[in-house]
Amino acid sequence: MADLFDPQRNSANPTSENSDNNAGGSNSPELSVSELSNRLKRTVEDAYSFVRVRGEMGRVTLAKSGHLYVDLKDDKAVLNTIMWKGQVSKLPFKPEEGLEVIAEGRLSTYPGRSNYQMIAESMRPAGVGALMQLLEERKKKLAAEGLFNPEHKKDLPFIPETIGVVTSPTGAVIRDILHRVKERFPTHVVIWPALVQGEYAAEQVAGGVRGFNAISPNSRKYKRPDLIIVARGGGSVEDLWPFNDEAIVRAVFESEIPVISAVGHETDTTLIDFVSDRRAPTPTGAAEIALPVRAELIATNDALGARNLRALQRGLEGNRVELKAVAARLPRADSLVQNARQRLDFAGEKLGFALKDVAARLRSRFQKAAGGLQPIALQRELLRRQTAVETLGSRAKFALRRDVSDRSQRLHGVYGRFLARDPRNTLGRRQILIENAFNRATVAVERVIRKKHDNLESINRLLSSVSHENVLARGFVLVQRMNGELVRHASDVTSAERLRLQFIDDEVRVTSDTKAPAEVPRIVGRDAEPQQPVKLGGITSAPPKKVIKPPPSDGGQGDLF
Amino acid sequence: MAAASSNKDIPKMNFEDALAELERIVQKLESGDVALEDSILIYERGEALKAHCEKKLKAAETKVEKIVVGSDGASAAGIEPSEVS
Repeated sequence: MADLFDPQRNSANPTSENSDNNAGGSNSPELSVSELSNRLKRTVEDAYSFVRVRGEMGRVTLAKSGHLYVDLKDDKAVLNTIMWKGQVSKLPFKPEEGLEVIAEGRLSTYPGRSNYQMIAESMRPAGVGALMQLLEERKKKLAAEGLFNPEHKKDLPFIPETIGVVTSPTGAVIRDILHRVKERFPTHVVIWPALVQGEYAAEQVAGGVRGFNAISPNSRKYKRPDLIIVARGGGSVEDLWPFNDEAIVRAVFESEIPVISAVGHETDTTLIDFVSDRRAPTPTGAAEIALPVRAELIATNDALGARNLRALQRGLEGNRVELKAVAARLPRADSLVQNARQRLDFAGEKLGFALKDVAARLRSRFQKAAGGLQPIALQRELLRRQTAVETLGSRAKFALRRDVSDRSQRLHGVYGRFLARDPRNTLGRRQILIENAFNRATVAVERVIRKKHDNLESINRLLSSVSHENVLARGFVLVQRMNGELVRHASDVTSAERLRLQFIDDEVRVTSDTKAPAEVPRIVGRDAEPQQPVKLGGITSAPPKKVIKPPPSDGGQGDLF
Repeated sequence: MAAASSNKDIPKMNFEDALAELERIVQKLESGDVALEDSILIYERGEALKAHCEKKLKAAETKVEKIVVGSDGASAAGIEPSEVS
């Protein structure tokens, strides 16, 4: 900077101001501030018409006018730098703070502020290392946010109906893609034109991704793609730099439609490759990833169709063979029936006989049964059972009785033995002996007495046989006088004598009329029976002879005895 | 008839699912453990799936359109056929 005020440099500058210098040099003429500032400006611009400066970007301001204001700095100094709008659009990267760049341009001053500044014509990152460092830091930051996480990766459709391609509408990339699409699987492709290089590339590419997502699935005007390819051809790191832009990374992350990134060549990796759902090594590769080969699919489909048919036919054939095999094993229908028919015939034949047989058998059974079915049979049976019952009853009774008597005998026996064992009975036995003896004696005495008595009896009987009572019993009458004197002879009887006629059972008192035959015999009864004698008299009017007729006195009597 | 009615879902299927099911059907048929009646139903479904896939494959044609970007630079203002080839 000291050079600015070096007179030698000024003098070396062959300009028209030399005359001013000469004049000032001698007389130190007065200069206005503007004058001096303009001189200085000219001097600086002449001296530094081209400079190349390396420095880290400090504060970066993109003015609305499109001009870019950047502070380039190192650890000791700061250089205000301006890049005009026209140049900014050509920047291969997005200027940002912290990036070390190499700027080319010229120096100038800004008299209004007593400033000097650099007018940059171009700017590029100061080597890959610097960019990469920046990239690493950004990648770490975005990765920490989870934007690159595998769980956010979406599956690609097997056959996309519409492919949206965000890329430059001109150039080889889109041609390559369309060519490969046609080759593999003709598909509807919608191109979203975007700058893929320079200051506005990031913004436009991100806008394209968002724009495709913004299309409604129901839109009739636009076909919403079901797959997006973001593509760019190969280039330098700087050329590809927009695809490291955070705006693109976020747009791709937020895309609901799966995104294939195909930026640069396989060796170039930009941040969009980390966030996209698939990374293709090249734009052509993107088309290959996006689409299967139709011819192959047709072949596969045809093959499957053919296999389907073959499998069915084979299955049917297999079934047919199986059926045949089974059918062959199936016995003939009539053979199934034959056996049964034969049996039926036999059975049918036998049926008639069997019926008769059965009838006959039943009839004979019936007759047998009916024959036996008579009252007598019932009675016989009844009787038989009755007898059986009685027999059983009597046997039971008998058995019971026998049993009882057995037991009672046994009891007696036992009791007797028991008694016999009783010492008290010794006395009893003796008593019995005594009693027996006494009894025998009594019996003997009684026998004697009875014998005597019998004798007495027979004597009595003999006695009574000779008594007059027996004679009376035979019808004789004993005649007595009132004083009891026996009258044996009629001659002894006086007339009107009172007599007692002793009959066997009673006595009758009479009055004899033997000596006064004219006299009506007067029968004098006992006092209690006054009429009886009359009657008797009447009755006995004849028998008195008989009555009176004396029994054979001695002789008769003698006979009696 | 029953097979036809049960295949009504096929036109709505995407190609991949249809093809995958066709593969399953073929494998199932080839494995041979399908009842006769089922095998015919399944075969018919396979045929329907195949036809569906075929249609999808044959209908394909390349149609290229280009979005006309709106004034904001990020929205679609229209589409136009693309000349790219």
